[in-house]
Amino acid sequence: MFYREAGQFKTSYAADQAIFPIAQDRWFIAALLAVAYVVVPLTADEYWFQALLIPFLVYSVAAIGLNILTGYCGQLSLGTGGFMAVGAYASYKLMTAFPELNLIVVFLLSGLITAAVGVLFGIPSLRIKGFYLAVATLAAQFFLVWLFNKVPWFYNYSATGQITVPEAALFGITLTGPAASPVAKYLFVLATVTALALFAKNLARSRTGRCWMAIRDMDIAAEIIGIRPLATKLTAFAVSSFYVGIAGALMFAVWLGSAEPTEAFNIDKSFLVLFMIIIGGLGTILGSFFGAAFMVVMPIALKNLMVDALGFSTGVAEHVQIMLMGALIVFFLIVEPHGMARLWQIGKEKLRLWPFPY
Amino acid sequence: MKLKTLLGGALAAAVLTGTASAELVIPTLDYRTGPYAPNGIPFANGYSDYFTLLNERDGGIEGVKIRLEPCETAYNTQKGVECYEKTKNVGSGALVYQPLSTGITYQLIPKVTEDRIPMHTMGYGRTSAANGRIFEWVFNFPLTYWDGATIAIQYIADQEGGFDRLRGKKIALVYHNSAYGKEPIRTLEVMAEKFGYKLLLLPVDHPGQEQKATWLQIRRERPDWVLMWGWGVMNQVAIKEAASIRYPMDRFIGVWWSGSENDVLPSGMAANGYKSLAFHAAGADFPLHKDILKYVYDRGKAVDPGFRDRVGEVLYNRGLIAAVWAAEAIRTAMRIHGTKNVTAAMVRDGFENLEVSEQRLAELGLPGFTFGIKISCANHRGAGKAAVQQWDARAKKWKIVSKYYSPLEDVVWPLIEEDSMNYAKEHGITPRDCK
Amino acid sequence: MLFFLETTISGLMSGVMYALVALGFVLIYKASGVFNFAQGVMALFAGLTLAGLMERFGLPAWLAILATVAVMTVLAVAIERVVLRPLVGQPHIILFMATIGLAYVLEGAGDLIWGSDVKVLEIGLPQGASDLLLDKYGLYVEKLEAVAAVTAAVLVAALAFFFQKTKVGRALRAVADDHQAALSVGINLNTIWVIVWAVAGVVALVAGIMWGAKSGIQFSLSLIALKALPVLMLGGFESVAGAIVGGIIIGIGEKLAEVYVGPFVGGAIESWFAYVLALIFLLFRPQGLFGERIIERV
Repeated sequence: MFYREAGQFKTSYAADQAIFPIAQDRWFIAALLAVAYVVVPLTADEYWFQALLIPFLVYSVAAIGLNILTGYCGQLSLGTGGFMAVGAYASYKLMTAFPELNLIVVFLLSGLITAAVGVLFGIPSLRIKGFYLAVATLAAQFFLVWLFNKVPWFYNYSATGQITVPEAALFGITLTGPAASPVAKYLFVLATVTALALFAKNLARSRTGRCWMAIRDMDIAAEIIGIRPLATKLTAFAVSSFYVGIAGALMFAVWLGSAEPTEAFNIDKSFLVLFMIIIGGLGTILGSFFGAAFMVVMPIALKNLMVDALGFSTGVAEHVQIMLMGALIVFFLIVEPHGMARLWQIGKEKLRLWPFPY
Repeated sequence: MKLKTLLGGALAAAVLTGTASAELVIPTLDYRTGPYAPNGIPFANGYSDYFTLLNERDGGIEGVKIRLEPCETAYNTQKGVECYEKTKNVGSGALVYQPLSTGITYQLIPKVTEDRIPMHTMGYGRTSAANGRIFEWVFNFPLTYWDGATIAIQYIADQEGGFDRLRGKKIALVYHNSAYGKEPIRTLEVMAEKFGYKLLLLPVDHPGQEQKATWLQIRRERPDWVLMWGWGVMNQVAIKEAASIRYPMDRFIGVWWSGSENDVLPSGMAANGYKSLAFHAAGADFPLHKDILKYVYDRGKAVDPGFRDRVGEVLYNRGLIAAVWAAEAIRTAMRIHGTKNVTAAMVRDGFENLEVSEQRLAELGLPGFTFGIKISCANHRGAGKAAVQQWDARAKKWKIVSKYYSPLEDVVWPLIEEDSMNYAKEHGITPRDCK
Repeated sequence: MLFFLETTISGLMSGVMYALVALGFVLIYKASGVFNFAQGVMALFAGLTLAGLMERFGLPAWLAILATVAVMTVLAVAIERVVLRPLVGQPHIILFMATIGLAYVLEGAGDLIWGSDVKVLEIGLPQGASDLLLDKYGLYVEKLEAVAAVTAAVLVAALAFFFQKTKVGRALRAVADDHQAALSVGINLNTIWVIVWAVAGVVALVAGIMWGAKSGIQFSLSLIALKALPVLMLGGFESVAGAIVGGIIIGIGEKLAEVYVGPFVGGAIESWFAYVLALIFLLFRPQGLFGERIIERV
C-alpha cells in the first residue's frame, strides 16, 4: 500500500534505468538528504558529530570501497587498514608540503595515490584466489603500517612518529584542525560521501561494474566470454583503494586530526570494515551504509544504554557490549545471511502488499 | 567562526548554571578491557579510590563533592575521543583529563586547548608539552620520557663508576614499536654522542608475544645494559626471555611503565633483581592506604571491590598520586581564585601554581611516598625526578634501591625547546610570556 | 655459525608454536569449510578457564584440564546448536562472519567471568633455557618450546590417525567435501560438527597453555591467531601436515630475516615478512604447499 508502483509509467529507457525508478524511493531519498543536510546540522550537538555522525560517514566511504572489491568483484581484502594509512599519509604529506593546495585536490590526490598502491598489491590476485588472496592484502596491511612507522620522511621527522593535521580551509571555512567547527566538518564529509556513493552506484551499473560481477560469479566463465580478468580485477583494486584512501584521508584530516599508524590503521580496522560489508550486505552500496551504521553506532548506543540508563559499571558494560555485538551479528546472519540491505529489500516487498498480502 | 562563538557561549552558560549545584566533575578515562586492561585496572582503581575517599572522609575537596564520570576507552584512541566528547560537558563541565594513553593524548592536546580544559599526562604523553609557554593546557609533571632516558643513563654511569666509563659500552633499547616506545630514542642518541656509548635499537611490535628474534640479537651483541620501553604483555615476555638467555637481571632496566607486579609475576623467581625506574614508592604501608581501606573498601564504595588485596600495587599507587596531585591542583585553584565553584580554566591555574612539598605529602598521608613538586608557567613538568626500583621475587615486593635522580637538564631542555617550537610553528602558536 | 644454528632452532620452535594455533584452524576448515576466526579467542577462553578454575577453586592441574576440556565440549555443542545448525549450506563468507560474532561473545564472556588481570599459569611446565645445552655447547634452546614441539608432534600424529583411519575421521572429510552429499549418505552432520569443534577446542586449550606459559594468560592471547594466518596460507587450509611445515618455514624464515636483515632496515620486519614469504610460495602454488588442488570447471 505504501509502496505501490501501480500507475507509475515509464516512457523511456532512461527513466527505466534510473537509480531510483520508483517515485516513493525518490521521495524517500530526497527526504533523507534533506534531513542529513538541513535538519541534522541544526539539531545535533558536538558529541553527535564527533562520536557518531562523522565516524559513520567516514567508515561508509571505506565500506563502499571494500564492497567494490569484495562485494562486487569477489576479491577478499584484509588490507583496508593499510590502504587507509596510505590515504592518510598522502594527505598529510600533501598538506604539509603544499599548504596552499585546495583541500578537494588533496583528497583526490590521496585517493589516486592509494589507488596506485592498491593496484600494486592487487597484482597477485590473478593467480591467488579466495581466502588465499587475503595473504597478499595482509602483506600490504603489515608492510604499509611498518613503512609509515619506520621511515621518518612520512611523518616529517617528528619525535614520536605521530602525525598531526595542519589547519586548512576550503572556501574560507576551516575544515581541519581543532578550530574547525563540527558542523563544517560534518557537511564536508557528507558532501564527499554523497558524491562518492553516487559515483559508485553508477559505476556498479556500468560496463565496468558488470565485468566485476561476472568475475565474481565465475571468473573462468567470464574470461571465456571475453572479459579480461587482470584488467577487471585491477580496476576493482584501483577504484576500491581510491575510496579507501579517501576514507583514510578523511579519517585522519577531518575526523581525528592526528594519527599513529600502528594504532589508527592496524589490522583491526581491516577486519572492522570487512565486518561492515558482510553485515550490511555484500555487493550493495546501501548495505555499506547499513553496515557502517551498525558497527559504529551500535557499540556506542549499547554502551550508553547500559552505563547511563541501567547503571552498569563501565568495565562490565564494555564486556557485555562486546558479547551483545557478537550475539547480534550471529542473530542477523541467521535471520538474513545476505545482510541488512537484503532485509531492507524484503521490508520493501512486504510494504508493497501491506496490509493485504496474498 | 560565528558558530564557534555561539557554541563557546553555550558552554560558558552551561558552566555558569552548573556552578549553582557546586560539584567537581572529574572524568576518568579508564581501560578495564582490551589488551592493556591488566595495567589499566590498577591505575583506574587508584585514581577513583582517592576521590571516593575524599568524598567519604572529607565530604569532597574543601567541602565540595566530587563527581566521577567514568568512561571506558579500552586504550583505543577513537573510543578515547568519544569518551572525551561525552564527558566534557557533563554537569558543570569536566575539570581535568587524564587520558592514560599516548595515542589519546595526541588526539586531545588540540581539543583541550580549544575547549580550555587542563589535561594532565603524568609521566607519559607528549614530552615537549613540558614547555608551558606553548602548551598552555597540558601538564606532564613529574617527568617525561626524555628525563627518564637521562636518569637511566645517569644510574648506569653511577653503577659503572662515572660518565667517562660509559665510553665504549653497549646499551640496548628494547621498545614498543609505537609513538610511546620511540620517545626516548632521540635523547638516547644525543647522549650516545655525548658520552660515547653505543646504542642498539630493538623494536618489538604490538602486542609483543613473540620476541625471540629480539633476544637472540641481545644474546649475540651482549650489551652491557638493556633498557626497556614496554607496555602490556610485551613486558612479561621480555622479562621471561631475558631470564631465559641468562641476561643479568640487575642490568635490565625498564621505564616506569615496565615495572609493575603484572610484569614480573608471570616470570616467578626468574624475574628476581629486575629493575625499573619509578617516581613513587610501592606498597600499602602508608596512612593514606589505611584510610582508603577503611572509608572506601569497608564501606563498599569501591568501584572494584575485589581489588582490596591488591591495594598498594605499583600502578595502583600511580593512579593514587595522580589523583592526589589533581585534587591539590583543584585546592590551589580554589585558593587563588577565592571561590569554591571552580571552572576548568581556574583548575588550569591551579595546576600551574601547584606545589606539593614532601611535608604536604605527609599531611595527606603519604610520608616519603615521592618527592616534592613545584610547577611553573614555563615548565609544566616541574623538576621531575626518578629513582630505580628493584623486584624482590621472594618477598614479591618492589623496593627503591637508588637515590632520586634529577634529569640532565642540559640534554633534555634544548630538545623540548626545539620540538615544542616546531609544534608552535606548525600550528601558528605564539609562545606565552611567562615573565 | 653457532648463532645461525641457534637462530634456526629458535625459529623452528617458534614455528611449532604458530603451528599449534594453526592446527585448530585447519581442523575446522577441513571438516566444515569454515574459516574459524574465533580460534584465537578460543585459545584465550580455554586458557582463562583453566587458570581461573585453578585459581578460584584451587583445583589440581590435571583436574582443571579435564574440567576445561569438558567446558570446551559443552561450548562445541552450544556453538553447533546456536550458530552452525541454522546456517547450514550458507556461503563460506557468511559462516566466517558468524565465527566473528562468536569471537566477540567468547571475548566478552571470558573476561566477564574470569576477570581481565594477568593470570599466572602454574601447571609445572619447564621454564627457561636448557642448562645442559647452554653450559656444554653454548647452545640456547628454550625448554618450554621443546615441550611444545613434542606436544605438537603427538597432536599431529593423533589427528592424522583420527582423520585417516577412523570412521568418524572419514566422515569428517566427506562433510568437508560437500555438506549435502554427506547428509545424503547418512552422515549425521550435527554430531560431526560437535566432535570437530570439541577437538578444535582441545587444540585451542593446548595452544593457550603453551602461549600462556610464556606470558601469563591475558587478553593478548587472542591475538596469536594473527601469527597463525601466514602459516595457514603457506601450508594450505586443509592440511594438518601443512600447518606444521608451514609453521616451521615461517618461523625459521622470519627469525632469520629479523636477525640478519632487520638491523639494516630498522627492525620489526617479522610481522610483514611472514606474509611476504607466504606470498612468494603462493605465487608458485596458489593453493598452499599441501592444499588440495583447485580444479576449475566452467
